[in-house]
Amino acid sequence: MNRLSWFNVTSLTLGFAFLYLPMVILVLYSFNESKLVTVWAGFSTKWYGELLQNEAFLDAAWVTIKVAVLSSTFATVLGTMAAYVLVRGGRFLGRTLFSGMIYAPLVMPEVITGLSLLLLFIGIGLDRGVLTIVLAHTTFSMCYVSVVVSSRLMTFDRSLEEAALDLGCSSFDAFRLVTLPIIAPAVISGWLLAFTLSLDDLVIASFTAGPSATTLPIKIFSAVRLGVSPEINALSTIMIGIVTVGVISASLISKRNSLRQQRDEQAAARTA
Amino acid sequence: MAETVFAPWDDPNEKPLIRFQNVTKRFGEFVAIDDLTLDIFEKEFFALLGPSGCGKTTMMRMLAGFETVSEGSIELAGQDIAAVPPNKRAVNMMFQSYALFPHLSVYENIAFGLRRGNMPKHDLDARVTEMLKLTRLEKFARRKPHQISGGQRQRVALARSLAKAPKLLLLDEPLGALDAKLRQATQFELMDIQEKTGTTFVIVTHDQEEAMTVASRVAVMDEGRVMQVATPERIYEAPESVYVADFIGDVNIVSGQSTPMGEDRYHISWTEGQQPLVAASDRPFTDGQSCHLAVRPEKIAISAERPPNVDNAVQGTVLDIAYLGNLSTYYVELPGGQIIKSQTANTRRISRRSFTWEDTVWVSWTATAGVLLAQ
Amino acid sequence: MQRFALIAIPYAWLLALFLIPFVIVFKISLSDIALAIPPYTPTLSDGVGPFFSALDFENFAFLASDDLYWKAYVSSLRIAAISTILTLLVGYPIAYAMAHAPEEWRPTLMMLVILPFWTSFLIRVYAWMGILSQEGFLNQFLLWAGLIDAPLTILNTTTAVYIGIVYTYVPFMILPIFAALDRLDGSLIEAAEDLGCSRLQAFWLVTIPLSKNGIIAGSFLVFIPALGEFVIPSLLGGSGTLMIGKVLWEEFFNNRDWPVASAVAVILLLILIIPIVLFQRNQQRQAEEEA
Repeated sequence: MNRLSWFNVTSLTLGFAFLYLPMVILVLYSFNESKLVTVWAGFSTKWYGELLQNEAFLDAAWVTIKVAVLSSTFATVLGTMAAYVLVRGGRFLGRTLFSGMIYAPLVMPEVITGLSLLLLFIGIGLDRGVLTIVLAHTTFSMCYVSVVVSSRLMTFDRSLEEAALDLGCSSFDAFRLVTLPIIAPAVISGWLLAFTLSLDDLVIASFTAGPSATTLPIKIFSAVRLGVSPEINALSTIMIGIVTVGVISASLISKRNSLRQQRDEQAAARTA
Repeated sequence: MAETVFAPWDDPNEKPLIRFQNVTKRFGEFVAIDDLTLDIFEKEFFALLGPSGCGKTTMMRMLAGFETVSEGSIELAGQDIAAVPPNKRAVNMMFQSYALFPHLSVYENIAFGLRRGNMPKHDLDARVTEMLKLTRLEKFARRKPHQISGGQRQRVALARSLAKAPKLLLLDEPLGALDAKLRQATQFELMDIQEKTGTTFVIVTHDQEEAMTVASRVAVMDEGRVMQVATPERIYEAPESVYVADFIGDVNIVSGQSTPMGEDRYHISWTEGQQPLVAASDRPFTDGQSCHLAVRPEKIAISAERPPNVDNAVQGTVLDIAYLGNLSTYYVELPGGQIIKSQTANTRRISRRSFTWEDTVWVSWTATAGVLLAQ
Repeated sequence: MQRFALIAIPYAWLLALFLIPFVIVFKISLSDIALAIPPYTPTLSDGVGPFFSALDFENFAFLASDDLYWKAYVSSLRIAAISTILTLLVGYPIAYAMAHAPEEWRPTLMMLVILPFWTSFLIRVYAWMGILSQEGFLNQFLLWAGLIDAPLTILNTTTAVYIGIVYTYVPFMILPIFAALDRLDGSLIEAAEDLGCSRLQAFWLVTIPLSKNGIIAGSFLVFIPALGEFVIPSLLGGSGTLMIGKVLWEEFFNNRDWPVASAVAVILLLILIIPIVLFQRNQQRQAEEEA
């Protein structure tokens, strides 16, 4: 299409204002001098200073990051295996059940997942803490990882694996030397997805966390229930900032790579 | 003494490199290969030719080890290879998509198979260099597959599959992704490399011209069966069935009943009120047997007057003219509605063409111009 | 052997941490509350025979008798349905405009829609608390603009829940619709107009039917999670906002009635099965159409 009609311009403007204004306001008010979040009393970074003094938040942040790193790593390994089984596994006993168990957690209400895992942990007498949150997060994020990886595997040119076998690889070597390096971007984005899911999760963590381990979302939730607070605004701003920088640089890198690839291909076509 | 012609298939003492023995392959209900028996000899450039879905790719994948045989056996150099997995077979394959590893350089792609075999570093380097040289890719060794052109990629794929010096190289539509001009040049290059390395090549293609150009023998396939296996000349000049005659090149088919006239000559009555056609045939036909006369368009002459001393001449009207530049094809309608294609070389400029639409003309051919077929 | 391990490891993990927990929930929903740890009876330590014989449907009977629960289910369904429609009304124009934006903008616009996904859900809901409260940004703005005389009460009402759901789930609606519209051949609209349609008729008769799959997919992607939503009603909703996710949470954490909480979960799951199966079918049909 050549030009945007007024209708489309309006939709885009209003739409993106709706998506982004609340966050912009949140960020602005995190720099508010006043304790009263709704009254602007001048620019200040004092809430960031207070946040850094708050041991409870710092502890929770540390637990959250630990949980996220561990669970997303396990989830990536398990999820990649599951994706490989789904796309390349052929037929095996209980395949339908298996794919059902991969897709079901994606649509399962978190309250149910959290409740059921808690009942399991109590049933087997496992003390709630970092370990139980990691187990819970690994379980639901591995399903997301396997969806991301399996959609990549489905478009993967199977003859590449066959070529590796044809040239003398065992099937494990073919996976290690050919499949894995090629699907690596999908595996990495699966890891990132699992990592952010774990960072964000409130409901499942609330069920599976014990008194010994509280995550940041649990802390934020209990603080926020009492109302808006400038400290939480500051914390939110930091989190939004990290995500924004992360996502934008990731997309810039992938854009640069695809541009380079395009250029290379054009150059190759010209010299042919 | 005359130079020996390469024709191991005519020598009963020659042992085939590959032997398909009553091979059947089923995918569920679908029969992809139907009780097929075929020998391929060492140093042959063998083409499997057929429309898509005829089973030619399945045969190749069975040779590579990616498909198992449902019934029958495949032998490679006298050994049944059913139990040998693809990574242990002395067979390499060049994939239709080339299947070059996008994350590895041209050099590493070619070295990939050699590295599986624990080859000493020095020998490996020498072998890869030799392959790069053979395929004229020395300059591109460090490039990644996406940094080279389609034709170069095709040569990398060839070099990679030849690097391990397989007994047998399988090529799945190796030129399918190239444009027409590059294709022709590459066909000769393939033949050259095949001759230099002395490897047996089996090529799968749906392009009859390609098969005819490169192959020592061609197997024409249809619906899981081999219709005919012969040298390109014999496939073209002496097809054994209407299917083969029709599949390879252009052909006129006139159906009728045969009457033996002695000395391998037959009269074919083909339509009411017309002189029977005369055809020579080594294959015997009985009186009144239904038969098909296949004549290539370039073997049919077109003229304004009835040519003297010719075996077959029929009058008709020009229905259509297809001007192809170097050639023209005339579509001539005969009495009874039969259409005959006659092809002539355009040695003169178009303005001096002798026939036009609706002209009454004579088409003629000799008794030996066509082949008489039972089916 | 390798293949066996490859299948067995993720399989066993999911069985142990996904399927078995559900069996436990189902079992506990048939148990009785007890003043013990764990707070239900019977437990397996009572022996297998008494364990099964002591199970009953009492909790489900209780759910049926107390109108709080079925009201909560009905209200959840209504809130989820209304928010799905609202999300569609907000999301469709955005997706449409994105699909008609210049080609080189589209990746950036896509990224802008996806970006909130990566931001904490909790923070995105929280952001609205400051906007919708009595002294919040929205009221201040409306007062300043002279549109209202007294601040509106929005926070802690169902309206705030609608706003929260639309805001957090609208990317789920935009993406599938955008995908459908992006594939739509522009010459189809031109053909419709050439054949005498007005702009609006062409939109109604060509664009909408051809983006149907995106609309259906997006609606399910909003409806299914909205139904069991907990964070939004508990932060933005008031005491009058009944949603089943919140009821389950309170039953579990505040009343410590695990058997009833489990029964609530089982019923929620049964309700969800219908839209989930419909969604799966739609996805499958779409995949087949494309193949």
